[in-house]
Amino acid sequence: MVFLTNKNPCTETKVMIKSELFVLTYGALVAQLCKDYEKDEDVNTCLDRMGYAIGIRLIDDFLARSAVKRCRSYSETADMIAQVAFKMYLGVTPSVSCSSAAGNEFSLILDKNPLVDFVEELPAERASLCYCNLLCGVIRGALEIVHLAAEVTFLQDRLKGDAVTEIGITFLRKAEDRKHRRNK
Amino acid sequence: MEARFTRAKSPLLERALGRPRGEVALGAFALLFSELVQYCQRRVYSVAELQARLARLGHQGPVWRALFGKEADKLEQANDDPRTYYVIEREPLVNAYISVPRENSTLNCAAFAAGLVEAVLGASGFPAKVTAHWHKGTTLMIKFDEAVIARDKSLEGR
Repeated sequence: MVFLTNKNPCTETKVMIKSELFVLTYGALVAQLCKDYEKDEDVNTCLDRMGYAIGIRLIDDFLARSAVKRCRSYSETADMIAQVAFKMYLGVTPSVSCSSAAGNEFSLILDKNPLVDFVEELPAERASLCYCNLLCGVIRGALEIVHLAAEVTFLQDRLKGDAVTEIGITFLRKAEDRKHRRNK
Repeated sequence: MEARFTRAKSPLLERALGRPRGEVALGAFALLFSELVQYCQRRVYSVAELQARLARLGHQGPVWRALFGKEADKLEQANDDPRTYYVIEREPLVNAYISVPRENSTLNCAAFAAGLVEAVLGASGFPAKVTAHWHKGTTLMIKFDEAVIARDKSLEGR
């Protein structure tokens, strides 16, 4: 088995790499998955799972490098993801809006998405592929480590012909419920 | 190195990379690469096959200019063969967060880098075979095709 070393990415605060390397590596990964799996759903699931494995580790790097204070609400959390995390890792800032009265559903609209920089369009035989599904897994994994269960999916995708690319985050438990459990 | 497109595959490949690109934190790339290696590893039965897979992955993504943002530690030319050069990197970026257990010690994830370099050289009109080896850290061995050396010689003659 190959493992991540104990070397902590958090200490490498100033080390940056060119985004092309990241984007093209991602593209190579998706291409490989498409070779290995016939069904789009299987590729999507695999991307989500890998994203999750990355997210549960990435959160450490994020918390160390951003030194942010604890978020007190779902809304603050969603803002943090869009304005700090996306900026830090992908260099873009999606806009955030709350899409439910209950205050637990949010939508991130990506105007620019560097992961698809070299992707013109999905091939006809891959019409249901969620090319960036890794991102959903990353967000879900990262949130889980900070004790926030959430469902994260692509609601719209420019690669599929939609007007925008939109990620939906649904937090699964109300903040009040969590506080109540903690006080027991 | 000026990129030359010898085969027009699609309009996308001819688009200039004019817009200034950003940078991404090393940690993010390292985690992505780690997942990629682990994925490949689950599907192969030998170290050689894993290394070959990583090399193919590096080759798949078209690369038009140097991606690593820093020069390698050392560049040497083989004494006995004008076609062969060695690029030596003590601690290659792609291996920074990969730890290889003893039973897999022949594995070198820089095979991915070798694939990338091979793709760059090929796309720029300098076809070569590039392989990764454990030597003084990690060494990429670049063996240019005969045609490249012949062309070089004929240019020198002018």
